[in-house]
Amino acid sequence: MLAKQLSVFVENRKGRLGEVLNVLAEHGVNILSMSLADTTEYGLLRLIVNHPELGKAKLTAAGFSSLLSDVLVIEIPHKAGALQSLLKCIEEAGISVEYMYGLSMDVNEAYVVLKASDATQTEKVLLENGVKTLSNEQIKAL
Amino acid sequence: MIWSKEETLPREEIEKIQLERLQETVKRVYDKVAPYRAKMDAAGVKPEDIKTLKDLAKLPFVTKQDMRDNYPFGLFAVPKDKLVRIHASSGTTGKPTVVGYTKGDLDTWTECVSRIACMGGATEKDVAQICFGYGMFTGALGLHYGLENIGAAIVPSSTGNSQKQIMYMQDFETSLLVATPSYALRLAEVARREMGVDPKRDLKVKIGLVGSEMLTDAMREEMHKVWGEDMLITSNYGMSELMGPGVSGECEYMEGMHINEDFFIPEIIDSKTGEVLPAGEKGELVITCIKKEGLPLIRYRTKDITRLFYDKCKCGRTFCRMENLSGRSDDMLKVRGVNVFPSQIEEVILSFDELGPHYEIVVEREGYTDKLTVKVELNHATDSFTVLENLAKRVSGKLKTILGLDAKVKLESPNTLQRFEGKAKRVKDLRKV
Repeated sequence: MLAKQLSVFVENRKGRLGEVLNVLAEHGVNILSMSLADTTEYGLLRLIVNHPELGKAKLTAAGFSSLLSDVLVIEIPHKAGALQSLLKCIEEAGISVEYMYGLSMDVNEAYVVLKASDATQTEKVLLENGVKTLSNEQIKAL
Repeated sequence: MIWSKEETLPREEIEKIQLERLQETVKRVYDKVAPYRAKMDAAGVKPEDIKTLKDLAKLPFVTKQDMRDNYPFGLFAVPKDKLVRIHASSGTTGKPTVVGYTKGDLDTWTECVSRIACMGGATEKDVAQICFGYGMFTGALGLHYGLENIGAAIVPSSTGNSQKQIMYMQDFETSLLVATPSYALRLAEVARREMGVDPKRDLKVKIGLVGSEMLTDAMREEMHKVWGEDMLITSNYGMSELMGPGVSGECEYMEGMHINEDFFIPEIIDSKTGEVLPAGEKGELVITCIKKEGLPLIRYRTKDITRLFYDKCKCGRTFCRMENLSGRSDDMLKVRGVNVFPSQIEEVILSFDELGPHYEIVVEREGYTDKLTVKVELNHATDSFTVLENLAKRVSGKLKTILGLDAKVKLESPNTLQRFEGKAKRVKDLRKV
């Protein structure tokens, strides 16, 4: 399963991140996971939300540069070495990971968001290795 | 359509009219305008020394400073009771410059603008929405009377309240838009983003008469993208000191703006030496008004940089053409000793599809060094730092090629830089000199 991630370009300016979050809050878009990476001038806010299309439409209307992209939300066992063996099977298939961040954890499972050079190819490799990936609907149910 | 028979006169006849009117104007100004008489006396020129058009070069220049020094009516050639209209410039630096019109001047003005409107494709069938600020600014009223004269229906909507402007365009089926290029882009943006109206599909605007700002080819292309490829977008030129809009305008061939030569004599000079340059060479435009009653300025230095072409135009008009402006001598920035025209920066920005057409130029001084920053808006969304960094690098690389200067490129979200309804002010020079 592929999931939709909402990315937003955010200038490093006081209050700018708050403006993004305001737009999402106003329209009931709930953030399930986020990652904020930055340079000295701007950052990219990457989000897994309950309503990605709505979030994108509202951000665009408010004048933000935002984008939906395909990512994989992967379920792995919540134990040492699990992430490492996941990466191993991805690397062996010749796929490069662009970035990655955690989603949520419970007692037995952990979930990571992974952006790969080729999302469809990665999905196939994971399927072959018996790794579970989640859709946006399934993420909401977590 | 060609509005007046004068527009197609043979060169000799144009020059005959010009010489007659020039001699009459110089004599009248010498008699009635004391500050200019003093200038002529100091230069040792008398009205009777003007025997041919070439003798124009003997006459002293008039500058904006002369207008300020003689504020408000010192350069007028008629008593105040002959005036029927007074306009003034915004006067952002010091006193405003004041201009006045007699009844005859208003007729001349209407005639000049009627010609320019026709060159730009206007007819009596048009619904013309004038999105220039009404008031002391000459742009709106100039276009207003000219377009009304040719029989178009005027919507004097002025500037501001952009959503209502779009509503008028929809409901009145506006076919002709008068605006600055930057406000025309802003209106399209409001229509699309805030109202879900696509100007290409949902509006009937097919003619754009733009002015008061330079129209570069890149800017025209940008306007076509949002307003439609089939829109006829022409630029026109003027300034309140000379009359307002109506000095010159582009015809459908868009190979320069035809100057109303029976009312204005153009010259191109070297702005440093004041020498007149031959036709085709680039320099500062100097204009002499030869049919004005209220304020007949002689050899007025416009500070606009252009070239003149005298070969016959495909449209049939014989009036010479001035190239679309490539800069103003007073817009020029000097950054680390290098001359920079904002239009050069604009050209670079508009060549990138990933960037929007709005921008801001900031010049600062850090220690003893000038720092040039160009702020641009992202037009395309991305999730990749590599793409963003590459974009900034490509833009600054191209700026370096064109300007010969290192400029910092700052990426901003769409819709964050300031929008303008009148003349765009895109340069912030924060240096304290």
